[in-house]
Amino acid sequence: MRAFRTTAPIVVAAAVFLAFWKLVVMVGDYPPFILPAPEVVGARFVRAWTDGVMTPHAVTTLSEILLGFAAGASLALLIGYLLARSRLAERLLSPYLVAAQATPILALAPLIALWFGSGLAGKVLICALIVFFPVAVSTMVGIRSVDRGLLELGQSLRATRWQVVTKLEVPAALPQILGGMRVGVTLAVVGAIVGEWAGGDQGLGVLINLARGSLFDIPLMFATLLTIALIGVTLYLAVLIVERRLVGARA
Amino acid sequence: MAGGSSTLNAIHVREVTRSFLIDRQPLVAVEGASFDVPQGSIVAIVGPNGSGKSTLLRLIGGLLQPDSGEIRIGDRPVEGADPRVGIVFQEPRLLPWRDVIGNVALPLELADVPRKRREERARDQLGLVGLSGFDGARPHQLSGGMRQRAAVARALVREPGVLLLDEPFSALDALTRERLDLELLRLWERTGTTIVLVTHDIAEAVFLADRVLVLSSRPGRVVADVPVELPRPRDRSGMDAAAFSSAAAAVREHLETGAEAAP
Repeated sequence: MRAFRTTAPIVVAAAVFLAFWKLVVMVGDYPPFILPAPEVVGARFVRAWTDGVMTPHAVTTLSEILLGFAAGASLALLIGYLLARSRLAERLLSPYLVAAQATPILALAPLIALWFGSGLAGKVLICALIVFFPVAVSTMVGIRSVDRGLLELGQSLRATRWQVVTKLEVPAALPQILGGMRVGVTLAVVGAIVGEWAGGDQGLGVLINLARGSLFDIPLMFATLLTIALIGVTLYLAVLIVERRLVGARA
Repeated sequence: MAGGSSTLNAIHVREVTRSFLIDRQPLVAVEGASFDVPQGSIVAIVGPNGSGKSTLLRLIGGLLQPDSGEIRIGDRPVEGADPRVGIVFQEPRLLPWRDVIGNVALPLELADVPRKRREERARDQLGLVGLSGFDGARPHQLSGGMRQRAAVARALVREPGVLLLDEPFSALDALTRERLDLELLRLWERTGTTIVLVTHDIAEAVFLADRVLVLSSRPGRVVADVPVELPRPRDRSGMDAAAFSSAAAAVREHLETGAEAAP
């Protein structure tokens, strides 16, 4: 019953969306190369996965996202912690962080492609850069808001610096940190696609360009968009599940 | 309990002064405090707000260092957070992401005691504070009184010779507080721990303590050391009302003059 109550609205919303899409196609009488009907996209999606066109591109993009996220989030945890606990680090680093964040990644991507070529490294870097800021800021805010009483408790129990970090500060800041990661992981998807557009020979971003250009297969383009969206939603849910498991029981 | 010499867990405070910088102005929180707490006795520290009671307690526990003067437990000076001391703070300070057993076992975990042994000892300790069966509960599922019992269990789990309590039950309702006071006495009778308790409640101080130290407000000086001549074991019903109220009256008088003496 509870499962029904949570899934029912999702199913209904999806059905309404698909019906609306179909209605627009029918009323507007759009040709498939402008707006393919949902069932056309659905069929193309299934075919792209079964004939193996989609798989290598999806694997490439997913690896870029996961590696970039891992690298960006790990560095962000470290820097975020430093920013929270060291005035000097904050003064030295924060201007650069804000400047880096204010520079659109779209403008940086061609430069990174130029430097790192069309392989994996450039995309991982772009994903890492885009993930870094939200995770670093949420880590900083989370660590700063750790109850001073807990730190004094750690002091009274003669916890080592490392024990304070791993057993008190990070667990206490985890809700904020995971919140930042939720934002970060969806941004990583954007980063991978942007990176592939700026220069790449494989990946879902490349496939979109191919489908729009030389293949002129607009249903495939939509099927690729659907794949990208699914990856984003899945990763977001994965972080959410981790969050529920680690943080949910606190209330 | 930590046995051996009968003065091993006695506390000696000698001419201890500590000040803080508040807006670059030095503020003397504790000035020239000197007293002894014999091993196995209970001393209550009372004083108006801002009299440096909590500072004094933190100095004894080694969480703060004195600017001058000396604090010893037994014959060894207190230098930094002291493993011979367990502290109960005003708030329970339980980790919300851990269950009760994980919270109570935390001091042992930080001291690298293996999981099985530390959970056994934590479970024993939970039994002593009347929380058996709540091992797996989360702090948010407990009442305020139960949370503070868990905090007491955590403070005692390493079997410290000295227990410091900083207004431990002040956030609880009167009935719960009275019950926890009584349970604290029963625990103390069993373990013989030396106890220093900060409170602003005169009745609580007199009920629990062998002696009540009265601090003046800023700077905190020990203005009186009132002995409480009530037989033990104590409980509320069988108490000598006359002795109780005369001790309480003495504490109150010193509190009032101490507050007046302040600028």
